[in-house]
Amino acid sequence: MSAPILAVQDLCLRFGGLIATNNVSFSVKPDELHAIIGPNGAGKSTLIAQLAGDRLPDSGQILLGGADVTGLPSHARAQRGLGRSFQITSVFSEFTTLANVALAVQAGAGSSFRFWKRAAREHALVEPARAILDRVGLSHRADVPAGALAHGEKRALELGIALARRPRLLLLDEPMAGMGPEEAARMVELLAALKGSLAMVLVEHDMDAVFRLADRISVLVYGRLIATGSPEETRSNPEVRQAYLGEDE
Amino acid sequence: MLTSASRHGLATLLLLVALALLPPALNALGEPFYIGLGTRVLIFAIAAVSLDLILGYGGMVSLGHAAYLGVGAYTVGILSFYGVQNGFVHFLSAAAISALVALAIGANSVRTTGIHFIMISLAFGQMLYYLAVSVSQFGGDDGLNIDAQSAFGGLDLGDPTSLYYVSFCILVVVLFGLDRLVNSRFGMVLRAVKSNEPRVRTIGFSPYRYKLTAFVISGTICGIAGALLANQNLFISPASMHWGRSGEILIMTILGGMGTLSGAVVGSVVYISLEYFLSRLTEHWQAVMGPLIVLVVLFAGGGLVALLAGRRVAGAGSR
Amino acid sequence: MISLLLIEQALNGVQFGIMLFLIAAGLTLVFGIMNLINLAHGVLYMVGAYICASVTQASGSFLQGAAAALVGTLIIGVLIELGVFRRLYTRTHLDQVLATFGVTLFFNEFVRIVWGPAALYAAVPPFLAGQVQLLPGLSFPAYRVAIMVAGLCAAAALYAVITYTRLGMLIRAGASNRVMVAALGVNIKLLYTVVFGVGAALAGFAGLMAGPLLTVESGMGSDMLILSLVVITIGGVGSIRGALVASLLVGIVDAMGRSLLRPALAGLMSQSAADNAAPAIASMLVYVLMALVLLLRPQGLFPPLTR
Ligand SMILES: Nc1ncnc2c1ncn2[C@@H]1O[C@H](COP(=O)(O)OP(=O)(O)OP(=O)(O)O)[C@@H](O)[C@H]1O
Ligand SMILES: [Mg+2]
Repeated sequence: MSAPILAVQDLCLRFGGLIATNNVSFSVKPDELHAIIGPNGAGKSTLIAQLAGDRLPDSGQILLGGADVTGLPSHARAQRGLGRSFQITSVFSEFTTLANVALAVQAGAGSSFRFWKRAAREHALVEPARAILDRVGLSHRADVPAGALAHGEKRALELGIALARRPRLLLLDEPMAGMGPEEAARMVELLAALKGSLAMVLVEHDMDAVFRLADRISVLVYGRLIATGSPEETRSNPEVRQAYLGEDE
Repeated sequence: MLTSASRHGLATLLLLVALALLPPALNALGEPFYIGLGTRVLIFAIAAVSLDLILGYGGMVSLGHAAYLGVGAYTVGILSFYGVQNGFVHFLSAAAISALVALAIGANSVRTTGIHFIMISLAFGQMLYYLAVSVSQFGGDDGLNIDAQSAFGGLDLGDPTSLYYVSFCILVVVLFGLDRLVNSRFGMVLRAVKSNEPRVRTIGFSPYRYKLTAFVISGTICGIAGALLANQNLFISPASMHWGRSGEILIMTILGGMGTLSGAVVGSVVYISLEYFLSRLTEHWQAVMGPLIVLVVLFAGGGLVALLAGRRVAGAGSR
Repeated sequence: MISLLLIEQALNGVQFGIMLFLIAAGLTLVFGIMNLINLAHGVLYMVGAYICASVTQASGSFLQGAAAALVGTLIIGVLIELGVFRRLYTRTHLDQVLATFGVTLFFNEFVRIVWGPAALYAAVPPFLAGQVQLLPGLSFPAYRVAIMVAGLCAAAALYAVITYTRLGMLIRAGASNRVMVAALGVNIKLLYTVVFGVGAALAGFAGLMAGPLLTVESGMGSDMLILSLVVITIGGVGSIRGALVASLLVGIVDAMGRSLLRPALAGLMSQSAADNAAPAIASMLVYVLMALVLLLRPQGLFPPLTR
């Protein structure tokens, strides 16, 4: 058993009277794909935001690779190997697709306090960026401004940006949101191909995708984790079926 | 993409050639007086280009940029007040002190965004303005006369043509240097911050350091423009730091299309020429300029401004 | 003796702070509700002072001058809202800064065209010319007392309108949820015009009261504008309560700095050094205050819940 890449202990966050994150504890192994599911408003994005450092928890602890990152800002967590994609697409619209990824490569490739050499001509940035575009299927769109990409393409770019940083752990907040069935299928293939090379936390409403990809699934309801287990366990857990799938056979 | 970039480069080149040929052309036309006006254009172009770095590439709407113009000018004025005439000392001190002031102001302001940044930059600019007003050794409100231009050995900045070409060379160096900078690794981060700051954080950059560095570079360049301004006017006063002056620099930067560097040069040409000719028509020229600015903002957003800039550049080249 | 001096300076500060509040209130309302940065707000203060001074001169009655100034600034405010500003609400802050700057240039020149380049001097109205005995040993100019009373009344009226009336409810709702107000079928354009007009008249009110204390000249609005911007930055942009607290804070710090710094510094350094340093430091004091507040609370003292 390898040590977990991510360990979350007793995380709590309130918005006024609403407990958005209620004593959440779970862990993710280094090559695991850990899905988090739950109904709308369950607190999934809020949880991701705390893991990424966009929001500080009221209490609890977040360990990344064994180190406590609970109080660190997001850029410091990124430097420690945390990548993320947003539920609402967030790319650099004015940059070309290639430049979006090259910038992310740059973040992990030495100092950015270089003022003279043209970044677009640095092979050390452009080549890895092209390789990543290839991986996420956007090679043919390299020189298009990211703002002009189709929705599905932006989602793929979002993933590409996150990957370019060579994260050890990737937080994916509904990567298939708003995608057509074909695009979604492609995204599932992509994630399936990535599986094993890094750890992922996947928030997703598309249950087919979740059950196909996940090694383990955690179920979040009203800010509380009610179960964690393999897809089979989750599928057959009566509490989950009742609370989340809304069934009472 | 490539063609538009190279078109832009060509237009910039034509603009610079036109500016380089301006003094002999004016002498040939028997209008050497206008060389001084040309120098003023160049000095404000340097200031506007420096503002474009943080505004057009860093997304920081500074309404206090004239402060650095004033700091540069006062550095030259105060040094010569104490009998220091050496031009290298003048310009290096102007750059260094502007950099320090920009560092102090930037450290307190670039963390903020949006309306907060606008107001804080404005407030710090006015703070320096009131400081200059209240320090009576250096003339206070009335300003300070400077005995002679910065001394550079054989180079006499008292000669309008020399001052013109010194300003021109500085502008060219600044344009070229900043063009490299905005396309470098540093420049890419800066532009990314403007485009989407939260995303920049999540890929692992701390925007603060990049914004602050750009802010200091910008203030330093503007300080050098201020040193030139002191040499041209042989007089400095708090008026050079007033927020109205900052507003004018902002308008010059926008007028030619921000985020293009050379657009700021076009904007300075247009604004200062307009100011000059309007003020010869009527003493109430601001009553015309004000509504003109409003009209440009309301009805000639980015698109038309870019279009206008293209035409102006071509026009300047063929003149 | 010292404490009487302190009280007197504090009163000066409060009086200045109240005038600042009248300007800052409009500025912060317009930003809070319409999301507009209005650099032209200072010209309404200036125009208010001009109208009051000239009408008072012509009619011999300060009250007529004051009424004319209130009505005049209200009308001018409504006109520029209709002509220019309503096109700016959805624009970027940069566009707003530039356009309102253009409007400022115009009005600074406009007053020179109408009233000539020379400054106007307004006299304190005779019925407020004397001193008022506030405490034994402390008398204060009646006019300044009147400013404080009038300004506080205006502030109280504003508070009452915002808290207890339907208009105020709409204003509060509009600040936090524009779409909802529009969905309620309220004529939001009209609401904006009204808010703008009221803000303009408040600035005009401050201007007409300032006339007898200062010289009435082109550009006089700029200093007050900048200080009001400092005020709303300290108070929290969009918050009326913040504007009130910050106005008083800024007014008092400014007045104390100007009057007490020189004697205080004289204890530490030579008299001539103190004479030189005191005004310089005093003029920077409020900005230092702002920097400090922002360091501790980047959103200001009373950040509005929304935005
Ligand atoms: N900034 C905030 N202030 C107050 N409440 C918030 C805030 N952000 C989120 N919430 C509330 O917290 C709860 C959890 O929101 P969150 O966005 O995390 O849900 P989610 O599980 O990601 O939902 P979805 O599946 O729709 O994306 C919701 O009730 C939401 O309204
Ligand atoms: Mg969500």
